[in-house]
Amino acid sequence: MNSGLLFNLTTIAYFSSMVLYIAFIATKSNKVATTATLAALAGFIIQTAALGMRWYESYAILGSEHGRAPLTNLYESVVFFAWSIVGVYLIMELKYFKKHRAVGAFVLPIALFSMLWGQMSLNKSIDPLVPALQSNWLTYHVITCFIGYAGFAIAFGISIMYLLKIGKEEKHQGPDPMGGVLGMFPPTRVLDDINYKAIMIGFPMLTLGIITGAAWAYYAWGTYWSWDPKETWSLIVWFIYAAFLHARFTRGWAGRKAAWLSIFGFGATVFCYLGVNLVLSGLHSYGGG
Amino acid sequence: MTETEKKQDFTDRIWDFFCSLKLTIILLLLLSVTSIIGTIIPQNSSAAEYIRLYGQSNYELFTRLQFTEMYSSTWFIALLALFCVNLICCSIKHFPRTWKFFKEPARIATPGLLKNSSNKLEISIKESPEVVLDRVKNTLDKNFAKAFRTDADGKIYLFAQKGIYSRLGSYMTHISIIIVMVGAIIGNLFGFKAYVTIPEGGSITHVTTRDGSRNIDLGFEVRCDNFDVKFYPNTRRPMEYASDLVVLRDGIEVYEKRIVVNDPLFFDGIIFYQSSYGPAGDAIITFNVTDNRSGEIREFSAPLNNRVQLPDGFSAIVTDYTDDDRNFGPAMRLHVINPDGARQNPIVVWQNFPEFDVRRGDNFSFAMLGFNQPYFTGLQVAKDPGVNIVWAGCILMIIGPFIAFFMSHKRIWACIEQDGNTTKVQLAGNAHRNQPGFALAFDDLMQKVEIAVKNESPTKEG
Repeated sequence: MNSGLLFNLTTIAYFSSMVLYIAFIATKSNKVATTATLAALAGFIIQTAALGMRWYESYAILGSEHGRAPLTNLYESVVFFAWSIVGVYLIMELKYFKKHRAVGAFVLPIALFSMLWGQMSLNKSIDPLVPALQSNWLTYHVITCFIGYAGFAIAFGISIMYLLKIGKEEKHQGPDPMGGVLGMFPPTRVLDDINYKAIMIGFPMLTLGIITGAAWAYYAWGTYWSWDPKETWSLIVWFIYAAFLHARFTRGWAGRKAAWLSIFGFGATVFCYLGVNLVLSGLHSYGGG
Repeated sequence: MTETEKKQDFTDRIWDFFCSLKLTIILLLLLSVTSIIGTIIPQNSSAAEYIRLYGQSNYELFTRLQFTEMYSSTWFIALLALFCVNLICCSIKHFPRTWKFFKEPARIATPGLLKNSSNKLEISIKESPEVVLDRVKNTLDKNFAKAFRTDADGKIYLFAQKGIYSRLGSYMTHISIIIVMVGAIIGNLFGFKAYVTIPEGGSITHVTTRDGSRNIDLGFEVRCDNFDVKFYPNTRRPMEYASDLVVLRDGIEVYEKRIVVNDPLFFDGIIFYQSSYGPAGDAIITFNVTDNRSGEIREFSAPLNNRVQLPDGFSAIVTDYTDDDRNFGPAMRLHVINPDGARQNPIVVWQNFPEFDVRRGDNFSFAMLGFNQPYFTGLQVAKDPGVNIVWAGCILMIIGPFIAFFMSHKRIWACIEQDGNTTKVQLAGNAHRNQPGFALAFDDLMQKVEIAVKNESPTKEG
């Protein structure tokens, strides 16, 4: 048994879960929805074990003094991204939208894509860390940022659903509930609410991620803020979601515009996470990974 | 319209402009879009570099628009300043209304509130109002929060509230941003960021700021006694590098620390960070020379390209060395120089194979013992008297949104009145956030109130 095998099982579980969530929209069967949730949960548990195992493996490969949490290169980060998304999604589903599980069909694909990319085309080797990354701040910084990213990913899926549904819902007449696929989506009022809730989780975590990053930079390099592209992009993301949070209680900015802000926010998040390293230059390590 | 009214109208409009949430949203979006520029155009590079990348005319345009150091440009600072003004104005505008909840809590429920609230309960019971009041008050005191009694219009009112401080969450968040900015400004005005290199054994008393504008007297001396770099086995990947720093005041050692990356030295408000390293001058190479005629062995230590004298007018000179020659480990290249000054062909000697050179069968054979590469250590030096203010702002920035998002101000009112020969109790409650959660808690609480009012609990006095 090794972590690679467990990560493959995770990918299969997330794939099954995604298919089941889509099947739920088609079949309207609650049993299917419950199975979808259970598949996601099974994947999450397996992945948690896999992350622990990779952590353990790092000690075997790098020696007892140089093992580290699996959060240090591009492969480890996309896998952790998937883990954060599914983790935050499961908590939110349980707490906020048990009756509206169709949301899973728009969230699980993001986690699945992330896993597939990591498993199929990224370098999985466990390499020693350069001195700059040998710090406990690394763990706090990465975990908080990724929970933030996960909240935004979920909000993105929800916003897509909102925009798909709102046009039809406005045209929809009569007291009967809407039929068809869109009828299985939560009402736009609910989508708007859970979009806000996902960002309510993401925004403080991103804030914490930026602050832990600033603290780390201060203790390692002497400046808590240097307008490095990664820092600047995290601030751009922060600005967009701050605008979102205020848009909700501003006339003319709620509804569609807020949903679009959430989508742009996630676009900026993805650029901050990947684009900066792959396109621009900077301090963050997995650029070459 | 009179002149003063017009003026009033105008200032009102300016005030409304600075208070408006729309301005907030537009500023946030403007800040996010403009910030992108500085992530695409490299910042603070040389003119030559910009001209090479973008051409002369674009470079001139960029300097005019201050794109080459945009985060300190007039227009970007102006945007940030406007954002702060907007933040402060919004808070000033809304604070009095929030403060009212603290100063004048609505202790008396209006009939409308009791009738139209989505969380309400009405009970009628054949008991005196005072008895019912006690029962309701005890339940609220015990299960929710201390209830206050007010008597008005022949009715008895109760009011209890929880989490009123959650109304301050957004103000805390807004103030935190201002505090961080104040800290940043203080750091910029009264601090500095510098970079300095110290060769092993050397010391410094001054540092030059990173932009080269100022030469700063530290007020003490910093000496680097030793620098070490360790590599991961079989790689050139550094595992750790460290400098042994000593702080001296008037020639007296007052503090010392071995600093590594992520673990700097703090002294007198100035921080020294291990940042880089490099070779300082040539290595000193140590080797043995055996005179194969007499069997005599002598040890030499010499810097690169320095002649050492051998017997009978011969001499030797090391012209190159490496710490790894084609995976055979450290090696050096040397020439023997004849008494007439002519250089012989170069000889390569590997440290790990000391017996090798004997096979050459010459008068002299060489064995490499080692080399010592002196390093310089590269240190970031920073002083930031605003940093603790920034951290204080950051802590507030974490707590503020948490309170604003996840806590709510919950209020419960009761009105008790005589209604014929029965007593009527009306209860209502609301929360300024998370209504579904409050609705559940309210229902739960109302069950307890109902049991208490009807005195259904068998353990209570009959």
